[in-house]
Amino acid sequence: MEHIAHDETSFVRPAEVGEMELYHAKTWLGKYVFSQDAKTIAIQYAATAIAIGMVALVLSWFMRLQLAWPNTFTFIDPAYYLQAVTMHGMIMVVYLLTALFLGGFGNYLIPLMVGARDMVFPWLNMISFWVYFTAVLLLAASFFVGGGSTGAGWTLYPPQAILPGTPGSEAGILLMLASLAVFIIGFTMGGLNYVVTILQARTRGMTLMRMPLTVWGIFVATVLALFAFPALFVSAIMMSLDVLLGTSFFMPAIMTMGSEAEHVGGNPLLFQHLFWFFGHPEVYIVALPAFGIVSDLISIHARKNIFGYRMMVWAIVIIGALSFVVWAHHMYVSGMNPYFGFFFATTTLIIAVPTALKVYNWVLTLWQGNIHLTIPMLFSIAFLLFFINGGMTGLFLGNATVSMPLSDTLFVVAHFHMVMAVAPVMVVCGAIYHWYPKITGRWYHEGMARFHFWVTFVGSYLVFLPMHYLGIMGVPRRYFEITGTTFLPDSAQNVNASITIAALVVGVAQIVFLYNLIVSAFNGKKAPGNPWNATSLEWQTETTPPGHGNFGKELPCVYRWAYDYSVPGVEDDFIPQNVPPRNAQAEGAQ
Amino acid sequence: MSTETMASDSLELKPGLAGFFDDWSSDQRAFKGVPWGKAMMWIFLVSDTFIFGCFLASYMTVRMSTLEPWPSPSEVFALSFGGAPIPLILIAIMTFVLITSSGTMALAVNYGYRKNKWVTFWLLFVTALLGATFVGMQVFEWSKLIFEEGVRPWGNPMGAAQFGSVFFMVTGFHGFHVSIGVIFLFIFSYKVAKGHLDDQTPGWFTKRGGNYEEIEILGLYWHFVDLVWVFIFAFFYLW
Repeated sequence: MEHIAHDETSFVRPAEVGEMELYHAKTWLGKYVFSQDAKTIAIQYAATAIAIGMVALVLSWFMRLQLAWPNTFTFIDPAYYLQAVTMHGMIMVVYLLTALFLGGFGNYLIPLMVGARDMVFPWLNMISFWVYFTAVLLLAASFFVGGGSTGAGWTLYPPQAILPGTPGSEAGILLMLASLAVFIIGFTMGGLNYVVTILQARTRGMTLMRMPLTVWGIFVATVLALFAFPALFVSAIMMSLDVLLGTSFFMPAIMTMGSEAEHVGGNPLLFQHLFWFFGHPEVYIVALPAFGIVSDLISIHARKNIFGYRMMVWAIVIIGALSFVVWAHHMYVSGMNPYFGFFFATTTLIIAVPTALKVYNWVLTLWQGNIHLTIPMLFSIAFLLFFINGGMTGLFLGNATVSMPLSDTLFVVAHFHMVMAVAPVMVVCGAIYHWYPKITGRWYHEGMARFHFWVTFVGSYLVFLPMHYLGIMGVPRRYFEITGTTFLPDSAQNVNASITIAALVVGVAQIVFLYNLIVSAFNGKKAPGNPWNATSLEWQTETTPPGHGNFGKELPCVYRWAYDYSVPGVEDDFIPQNVPPRNAQAEGAQ
Repeated sequence: MSTETMASDSLELKPGLAGFFDDWSSDQRAFKGVPWGKAMMWIFLVSDTFIFGCFLASYMTVRMSTLEPWPSPSEVFALSFGGAPIPLILIAIMTFVLITSSGTMALAVNYGYRKNKWVTFWLLFVTALLGATFVGMQVFEWSKLIFEEGVRPWGNPMGAAQFGSVFFMVTGFHGFHVSIGVIFLFIFSYKVAKGHLDDQTPGWFTKRGGNYEEIEILGLYWHFVDLVWVFIFAFFYLW
């Protein structure tokens, strides 16, 4: 690079605060177990989330086995089936995806990407993980208590969630509620860290509009979580009181098991409102980090700047804001006022605008890009396909009148698995492969990764695409068994069986994935510090994997946005964010 | 830090709204001059506002959806002095105590920034005592309701069962907040008296140097808890 004649510091403001005090652990326990380093905490979060996620994956196998070949597997009785449905949903949404995106990727990437030494409150961050770990233990404990885990469905609707007859109404439901409350406490500690780190601890030159979209996605998702989880926290407390003290917050006067329950005058609909006031933002808590990460993956692996960066940022912010006023579209059949239905259908469809804008921008970023079909890029394209598919069916379910006949059918299951289960999981996989060389300093096995991709991609489509047809035919969800119906042709059962076979294969492919991740961490080829020729700060660290404190003696200065790929007139096809402008006139993009 | 100016012309702010946005989205910090802990407390309090908001919305919902009559707060919460029941007298005193503690807290923040160690200590200590008095009166109020009036979380002789349920839940949750605040007020009066904030002694857990900014952060929390009480007062005792 040519000599830089001018004073570089004239392009960035001087440092406003001194270096942060870093805590240097001396003991093994302090370094690896109660670590205060965000990177170690991230790996702890991710490992715990993936471990409990594998349990949820196995639970989905049990569901599918029962649906495909009813009554062949005698250990699956109706109660067991409902418990599997419930725990699969709750674990996947909250304990896997939320924890993995925010606790895992958030912890690892935020300090590195904004140029901070660590999260701003490392001690709180450490506690955050251990509280989350406790929540996972509480949840796992509910498998082993008398009566088993709760079988109320992941939405835990009262009155049935706590009445006798529902599986797990003895202790399972209480452990579930306690686990959720503990999860929220732990998450709040972490979430405050992520938000304050992004707002207040960026390095010199890192303006808000120079942050990679990954950081934007995680930031807005964390803000949503901080404002949405309180509703779940409150409903968990109130339902626990209904169970423990016999209060009647959510419990109307009701006959159960032939006798009158002691509850009187409660409002079950209140729970639904509280739950979905959390539940809908939760969709975007999972989706927004995925949006952000996939934007970066597409840009990096297509060697092109992201199309419409500012639009992308504002779309994330607007989606986040709108997600708080759409919750009752989950409740069209709950008997609420039709005018509410009209309102919520309208807001729901409005949210399609910024979302579609993001999809167009991803596609336009790929347009005429120098697309490298690396593993992360393959997963990003797969994400687009799943997300567009899921977004389209969202239009059916967002409209109150169209949604009603589709309610509680497999169409709904297919829709949300497409849009908020498989699509974010595609991003998770792509992101893990993308940052793997940075996190471990080694390469994964390319062949195994490609095998994992193709089986997961094709397999997931084979699982969820046919489910739409079953749903439109009227196959209800959460039913243990559908026999003796006249409205379903026998072929429906064949479709169900084929779905199950695909699901089993996809599940097994994840073992290859995990094997690859674990074995390559020790035996993989050594990876260079910036294998993808990426611009953002985490690839510019002195050591790979980055050491405690992330960067070397001095924090990097940022002179440009994160998307200087294939800039005309520059020899390399990328300019890292910390490369100063060559002269004052040609400041480059941004 | 505020005296430092930007190093070059290219970094000067545009006039008006454009400059405002540029400043807000500029590098390093969105809120200039705001320490990390203070930013964290503000965001936590917004999150906590959602918790209390959900509690109060739930209270209004169950109060409106129950079919039983709602007990009259001015009768239930009356105390007799010299034979005549005075409505809400205890609550009035509790509110007065808590609001007063907000005043002493604000003074403590002020004297903290002046590094006036002993005045800060006494103000914090008095705030803690007032807070503890509030919790004590709440215990008195609860025990009167439970043991004399027969109010239980699952029912009461006066009317709707939800009256006791929400009352104990929401005032209990608020009382829990106050108690946490009192504990921290005592801890910080100890720290101030020991000079931990002057000497920047590393914290017990975080190992970070102490600072009088921490008093302001604690003050934010304390004022928030007072503010929540104002809403609870209005919704539970006046409605």
